[in-house]
Amino acid sequence: MTFSLSLRHRFPSIQLDIAFEVPSPGVTVLFGPSGAGKSTIINAAAGLLRPDACRIEADGKVLADTRAGVWLPPERRRTGLVFQDSRLFPHMSVATNLRFGMRRVAPGAIRFDEIVDLLGIGALLDRRPHTLSGGERQRVAIGRALLAQPHLLLMDEPLASLDAARKAEILPYLTRLKTALNLPIVYVTHALDELVRLADSMVLIDAGQVVAHGSVSEVASRADLPLARRDDAGALLLCRVEENDTRRELTRLEGGGATFWVPLLDLPARAGCRIRVPAREVILASRPPDAISLHNVVPGIVRRIADDGFRHSVVVEIGLPSGGLLSRVTPDAVVRLGLAPGSPVLALIKSTSIEVLGD
Amino acid sequence: MGSSAWQLRNHARFSCRAASRSNRLPLSPDEWEAVWLTLVVAARAIGFGLPLAVLAAWVLARYRFPGRALLNALVHLPMVLPPVVTGWLLLVLFGIRGPIGILLSEWFGIRLVFTTAGASLACAVMTFPIMVRSIRLSLDAVDGGLEQAARTLGAGWLDRLFNITLPLASPGILVGAIVAYATCLGEFGAVITFAANIPGQTQTLPLAIYAALQVPGGEAKAAELSLVSLTLALVGLLLSEWIGKRLNVVLGR
Repeated sequence: MTFSLSLRHRFPSIQLDIAFEVPSPGVTVLFGPSGAGKSTIINAAAGLLRPDACRIEADGKVLADTRAGVWLPPERRRTGLVFQDSRLFPHMSVATNLRFGMRRVAPGAIRFDEIVDLLGIGALLDRRPHTLSGGERQRVAIGRALLAQPHLLLMDEPLASLDAARKAEILPYLTRLKTALNLPIVYVTHALDELVRLADSMVLIDAGQVVAHGSVSEVASRADLPLARRDDAGALLLCRVEENDTRRELTRLEGGGATFWVPLLDLPARAGCRIRVPAREVILASRPPDAISLHNVVPGIVRRIADDGFRHSVVVEIGLPSGGLLSRVTPDAVVRLGLAPGSPVLALIKSTSIEVLGD
Repeated sequence: MGSSAWQLRNHARFSCRAASRSNRLPLSPDEWEAVWLTLVVAARAIGFGLPLAVLAAWVLARYRFPGRALLNALVHLPMVLPPVVTGWLLLVLFGIRGPIGILLSEWFGIRLVFTTAGASLACAVMTFPIMVRSIRLSLDAVDGGLEQAARTLGAGWLDRLFNITLPLASPGILVGAIVAYATCLGEFGAVITFAANIPGQTQTLPLAIYAALQVPGGEAKAAELSLVSLTLALVGLLLSEWIGKRLNVVLGR
């Protein structure tokens, strides 16, 4: 199963020219500021908006091809769509909402009881949508879209209207979902925490154009992208638990071809997890320090030095054997250490400043 | 005509019931007949008018096409025309020699002028704008996003119309129907012009009141019938209000 999309569309204020392919299964996050054209892409993929020109293919089936004059209406596309405002039918119970799409397709691999269980909505089945909380409503909306047996699941900022607490409540369900489903998911957001928790690959979009496209650890560790100029910029690495040292209360992780020590985790050995290393927490050195509380001295090669003049700082991209790290330092530090692309460098990272995100 | 046999049966049944109650309620059998006739005429007017009103409202609310303004004006015409003019226009169109009247009598053997069915037609035409307006307002209030959601879940247009749009617009449809029904009970000008004032056939409540007032000493009868008319109108309005509220609760608004 794959999903590929290319589209051109002119709005009065913005010209979209987008093309990308999505690996499957897995979550591809469309990331970018509001107004960049992310929702247009989702609506075109679902068939709710007809772009000037496009070619959309899911699972080997052409959903739309303006050159060939193909345009499947939304009701025949089998693309599940979860809206920001859930859009549950107010005159139906939760169970009837869930079965709405299910009753209109041939039985498929996604089963009612399984989804209800996975999303934890068993207790809500007899309720009416207006009696649910925002988080519950979104979980039902996700279940409803999945039970229509889609070839592709589109999620248009599904958590944007929820407060932080509700969001924290629903994110674990989404991570469970993505491992349980064998289906490409395209997820639109402009929230960094959703990106780092959910994305396997990402498409960075700005002003109607694809700025970068690739695996999330690859794109997040590039210093030349607008993502790296954010205050909360940081690299993302997919890791594996190697050792839990209960005596020292430390866990050793392997990821990106490097070793990271973090405070003891509640994860078994060999378990996968993702870590985020904030750029502003990474210190650079040319010689290993001694007599220091720090656990992580990670050797790497400077790949890129990107200027962030606005903050009088630079972002240094450090290449690891497979992956990379970002470090935000002052231009003066770069001069003092004599850093240039290709020069070896040591990244010093406090074990407590590494964010472990589970999987 | 099949329907007149049905009417006669009902008429008879009702007269018996009316007679048994006549010691309690001071209405004579022919007065009861006028009340019953009014209810039947109004029910048939709404029965035939409502589906057409839903269709007209849906077309007007959802589609842009050439001639839309004209259709809109035609639908609303009975509201602003003097009722006697509407009645006269119906005579011209549906009269024995009218273009539609000829077709109806030749193809189906149906005659509308001076019949109960004709009274229903006049009522339906007069209350059509009321229904269309109410239904259109509630169709406009249906969230288009819900219809989009239904589309992505595999529902075609007819499926969406009957499972999403119409249920969500049901408060407006029901309230429109009840208000139109109550209005039918008081329809006068168009009915008397098109269907005339024939007791037992086209003499509905307002026509009976009018007839009573034409006869010396008929004031008491007119007052009784007016009281019935007032009660029916009031019940209709209260019912529409109550049903509208109940449905909105059911729909979670």
